[in-house]
Amino acid sequence: MTKKPASPPADDAVVVRDLLKVFNRGKPNQVDALVDVQLTVRRGEFVSLIGPSGCGKSTLLRLIADLIQPTQGSVIVNGKPAHQARLDQDYGMAFQQSGLFEWRTVARNIELPLELKGWDKTRRRARSREMLELVKLPDFAGHMPWQLSGGMQQRVAIARALAAHPPLLLMDEPFGALDEMTREHMQAELLRICSETGTTVVFVTHSIPEAVYLADRVVVMSPRPGRITRIVEVGMGRDRTELTREATDFFDRVTDVREALRGAELGAQARGIEDR
Amino acid sequence: MSTPDAAPGGVARVRRQVGLALPPVALGVAFVAAWQAWVTVRDIQPFVIPAPSKIWQSFTSDFGLVRAASVVTGTNALIGLLIGSLLGFAVAVVTNRFALVSEVVNPLAVTVAAIPAVVIVGVLNNMYALDSQVARRIMTTIAVFFVVFVQVSKGLRQNNPTHLELMRSYAASPRQVLTKVRLPNALSYFFTGVRTAAPLALIISLVSEYFGGPQNGLGTKIASTLSGSNKALGFAYVLGGSIVGLLFYLGSSLLEYVAVPWQRRRESR
Repeated sequence: MTKKPASPPADDAVVVRDLLKVFNRGKPNQVDALVDVQLTVRRGEFVSLIGPSGCGKSTLLRLIADLIQPTQGSVIVNGKPAHQARLDQDYGMAFQQSGLFEWRTVARNIELPLELKGWDKTRRRARSREMLELVKLPDFAGHMPWQLSGGMQQRVAIARALAAHPPLLLMDEPFGALDEMTREHMQAELLRICSETGTTVVFVTHSIPEAVYLADRVVVMSPRPGRITRIVEVGMGRDRTELTREATDFFDRVTDVREALRGAELGAQARGIEDR
Repeated sequence: MSTPDAAPGGVARVRRQVGLALPPVALGVAFVAAWQAWVTVRDIQPFVIPAPSKIWQSFTSDFGLVRAASVVTGTNALIGLLIGSLLGFAVAVVTNRFALVSEVVNPLAVTVAAIPAVVIVGVLNNMYALDSQVARRIMTTIAVFFVVFVQVSKGLRQNNPTHLELMRSYAASPRQVLTKVRLPNALSYFFTGVRTAAPLALIISLVSEYFGGPQNGLGTKIASTLSGSNKALGFAYVLGGSIVGLLFYLGSSLLEYVAVPWQRRRESR
């Protein structure tokens, strides 16, 4: 008697199957946020989610994080149901707003998830110091968040998200509020941090170059109803530098993603759906 | 240690704040000067409106009287401010634990705060001895309570949505959300409430004196001297009240500045 394996293979960080998410079901303002979403993120992989607003990319991220529940379908994170993964703090999260707690020092912000896990103070201090080294802010442990620039605040937010050494990092447009120079710098830093820690990343953005520069695969989504229309393999390896941004491969992939996005939009129009 | 985009240098900041303070100060000086000129030129009698110079003379020569009355009223206001603030904070925290209670209490609090509840002091006065300040202190406590209560309730509920999502991603318990997010957030609202309530406390204490009780506070002194012929002394009492009110405001602002330093950044942006 052969049984299907109860859990997916251990080298998958996220497995989303037959996902449906409907808001306000049965009401006049019903929204089909996500329809028939299938997505597998391998361990150690960097996946960008891109699409116009309303395509459900943030919703998908929140479903993976178990911040909201699917209407139908399953979300497996780190080999267990998303709910259990959240309880076990199997992922860290960062948002467009750094969301630092104004009344806590930088170090104590980073230590918050550890505090909630019941770590003692010595252990927390050691870990926050390690994380500040990782994000290259070793001298700022005692600073208050408002004494830091926007880019530095995002570094602290990333340090906090990774403080418990989760295998998975979920990011919702974390660099969306930064200026272009800082943004490119932060992208390079994020890649360095992920390769040092071996963290899997699911990264929501609506910048095409950002999605391509960071990711192994770019998941292109389209709205009404929100769904995945194409997955673009970037295939440029992991050693990406500032030169990567000027490489022919890079421009080719940017073009691929752009065309996929345009195709999705045309498709939506062809179905007679107002798209603006 | 240097921070990259810290606030502008000290000199520039002082210059900017002097620049901000200049127009209101100039307006005040111009007003006093015009008052003085009007009274002198039109030869207004001092029992109608005394000149600022006369008021100042009275203030300095009778400083002992003004100070004694200010201490009485100021003490009432301070006691009411302290008790009302603590009570407002405590009750807000308790009622916000129960959604239904806060839904009933909050609109009620806003309504009550808007009516001229100072008349209650007349009722309270009948309950205490003739020489008692208790009725006024209770009145002040009530007024302060509502201001602080409304602010703290707001602070407990109006949280940064990112903070709440983060706490959910950490699988934090409601208790942890309360102690790590809602209470610290409410703290900055609390100090804003205290700053708003401080001048109010003085005014309520002062006005409360019009409804009976001992005759040694600013309110009763102002009322009796302004209806008599020594108007300059009456205005000297008013000046004393203004100074105490200013001290209350400065004190509570300083408290806010020191206790919740992140708040001043938020407001200056």
